[in-house]
Amino acid sequence: MKQWFKSGTPWIWLNGGAVAMCMIMVIGLIGLIAVRGFSHFWPSDVALINLTTAAGERVTLIGEPVRSQVVPAAVARDSGEVVPENEELVTRHLIKLGNRDQTGRDFAWYMQLGMEEWQYPQDIYVVERREWGNFYGQPVALLRDGDVISRPEDSSFWTELQDSVGRSLALFAQIRRLERGEIGRINTGIERLRLDERNLELNPPPADIEARERARIESARVQFDSDYAVLREELDVIYQSTRRDTLRMRTSDGSEIDITLATIVRVTAPNAMSVFAKAGQYVERLWEFMSDEPREANTEGGIFPAIFGTVTMVFVMSIIVTPFGILAAIYLREYARQGTMTRIIRISVYNLAGVPSIVYGVFGLGFFVYFLGGNIDQLFYEASLPAPTFGTPGLFWASLTLALLTLPIVIVSTEEGLARIPSTIRQGSLALGATKSETLWKVVVPLATPAMMTGLILAIARAAGEVAPLMLVGVVKLAPTLPVDGTFPFIHLERKIMHLGFHIYDVGFQSPNVEAARPLVYATALILVMLIVVLNLTAISIRNHLRERYRSAGD
Amino acid sequence: MMSETTQSPAGSVTKRDRPSVSAAGARLSSEREHMSMAAEETKIEVEKLNLYYGNDQALHNVSLTIPEKRVTAFIGPSGCGKSTLLRCFNRMNDLVDICRIDGRILMDGKNIYDRDVDVADLRRSVGMVFQKPNPFPKSIYENVAYGLRLQGVTSRRVLDEVVEKSLRAAALWDEVKDRLQDNAFGMSGGQQQRLVIARAIAIEPEVILLDEPASALDPISTLKIEELINELKREYTIIIVTHNMQQAARVSDYTAFMYMGNLVEYGDTDTLFTNPGKKQTEDYITGRYG
Repeated sequence: MKQWFKSGTPWIWLNGGAVAMCMIMVIGLIGLIAVRGFSHFWPSDVALINLTTAAGERVTLIGEPVRSQVVPAAVARDSGEVVPENEELVTRHLIKLGNRDQTGRDFAWYMQLGMEEWQYPQDIYVVERREWGNFYGQPVALLRDGDVISRPEDSSFWTELQDSVGRSLALFAQIRRLERGEIGRINTGIERLRLDERNLELNPPPADIEARERARIESARVQFDSDYAVLREELDVIYQSTRRDTLRMRTSDGSEIDITLATIVRVTAPNAMSVFAKAGQYVERLWEFMSDEPREANTEGGIFPAIFGTVTMVFVMSIIVTPFGILAAIYLREYARQGTMTRIIRISVYNLAGVPSIVYGVFGLGFFVYFLGGNIDQLFYEASLPAPTFGTPGLFWASLTLALLTLPIVIVSTEEGLARIPSTIRQGSLALGATKSETLWKVVVPLATPAMMTGLILAIARAAGEVAPLMLVGVVKLAPTLPVDGTFPFIHLERKIMHLGFHIYDVGFQSPNVEAARPLVYATALILVMLIVVLNLTAISIRNHLRERYRSAGD
Repeated sequence: MMSETTQSPAGSVTKRDRPSVSAAGARLSSEREHMSMAAEETKIEVEKLNLYYGNDQALHNVSLTIPEKRVTAFIGPSGCGKSTLLRCFNRMNDLVDICRIDGRILMDGKNIYDRDVDVADLRRSVGMVFQKPNPFPKSIYENVAYGLRLQGVTSRRVLDEVVEKSLRAAALWDEVKDRLQDNAFGMSGGQQQRLVIARAIAIEPEVILLDEPASALDPISTLKIEELINELKREYTIIIVTHNMQQAARVSDYTAFMYMGNLVEYGDTDTLFTNPGKKQTEDYITGRYG
């Protein structure tokens, strides 16, 4: 035994065990969110269930079985179910019923008792809608301008339905383009005219200029109004056109519902789909999740604005933190006289890394948003007051707060990188008659770039996952616009953004529809992890490229 | 008056007919015979140099003259101050905060520690090669061009010319002419050291300081460096610090033996090695200590 200890074998086992534990935890984490997140998009079969309730009532359900549970009979009785005396354990199923507009509830538990065998009829359709979530039911007819043009018995029913859905989607995209693009442009223009007018009132120029300005504003406004009228007319026509087709569906209880195609995103018949068709559908839904905007209080649709907001914020953060951190580190390491003062500064910087992030959020709100932003508004955006421009949380303040948060990371790794440059290389440059700054910028800093990139990688990883401070300084649950768009100045630093981390929090804790939100939490978490991995891999490949280029003799 | 305090090797030229210490010495001595015809002019004159690191004195009252276009070697055991003395000539000791100097070092009659001397200018005329090859993380071409670029030379033609000339002078051109744009770290240690020498001579210094230039190299690379030193002394005044006494005997014209911060003996290399004037020198070169 003593020999065994002496041989060092226990240490190897201990260390190996620690690594194994880490691996298990990481794989478990990624595995869980990957399985839960990715499985959400698989089109599951829709069951038709006939059951007899305890009261003897016959009910037909149509819905997706979500999961099953075995519970003690007592628990079921407590929740109001009628369970025979001789049963000890009962099975219950959670069914996604959809049809929220009809029944008011999306998910419901049903007892196994009294259920007949589940059926999967081929003609059950899942209708994904822009409002009220999914609709499950059987098709009755496709109507055009109130007349039936096709029935499910017709061989052309399916293609005709899909054509009509495609048409209405195209119209919807057109409407959106007009509203977001053209009308958005007009609104921005009118708002700008209003600000110009207000500016004239605040700082009246000489009378002749003022008159000229007012005339210009007036004529521009008339132009905008007439443009708007034209667009409005165009839009009305399209809106009219989207109401052309209607899908008539029968619900599980036999009543018939008309759904206008204008609100439909997709119609599928999962029970009739082959595995390949489902795979295609899966990819489509996954893509929609990543590229679309959220609907229904973030429980439906996609998370594109959150992905975009996160990436934009991280980029702006990197642009701010990199020069600041690097310059500060260079001063500290290369120019400052090493003494008590630099030691105090260094300790302070290192300790900044340990300050809880919410504290940065509070600071950002108090200093950046209210103080700096308020003053910027006073100085440059006087015309739009009292509506704040920069004096309210937004992209820039969020990025600046995160930059402050990650500054210590960049400073520390840059300093370490500078300290690692061999003094012989510096001396070689100095001996050739280079001044200190020439040596620094031509030899030392290029050699330290990989270390700087390492700092930036760590900063990005930290910033992309941070949520707490962002809630205070610029992230919202639903942002009406993206921070980057086609109107001048293209990057709108004052806009509020959506963020994946906050989106997880919002969907997971603030959602009115818990069961619908649950898989989205996993899916969003998965996207967040993948996004951080992608950002990191990009930065790492840049670093490796630099490292190759500035490979030093010591490496 | 100066000759009393300054050890000058010039007076020992007449003792050149002594037998050489080695075959290499014999080969060199014929060359020396030829060169000794030219008048030896003083390039650098050190007067009563004292150097302190904080409270520790590293050099004690050192005085010597270094002749132009000759190789002067500093030998001595580790910590004797020979590298410190070498670094005084291009003021590399300025980089050490606690370093303090009194005394004078005259180069062409001008004290390099005068206030009005621009250190960068001085270092341009006194090149230095370090113990460990220290190429920059750039291409071979850019390494050699570095000093010129610092001086603001941008003309591609001038740079090309100087790079080729310097690499030829450092006997490296044939080995690297096809891969000038490759990273300098891809070269062998000996090539890197010759590249560093090429880099130093690209800016046409008057003096080249070599701080144990071959101690990190294998014997063949060492031989190449020594041959190169022999070539370079036609154009440049060379001062070399070395641990290797055979090397000092092979490459240098004059040798200074230092011990504990003192200049013990300074003179013609052959004389110093064959007929040392001081007991300490003899003990050292015969391997009794150090």
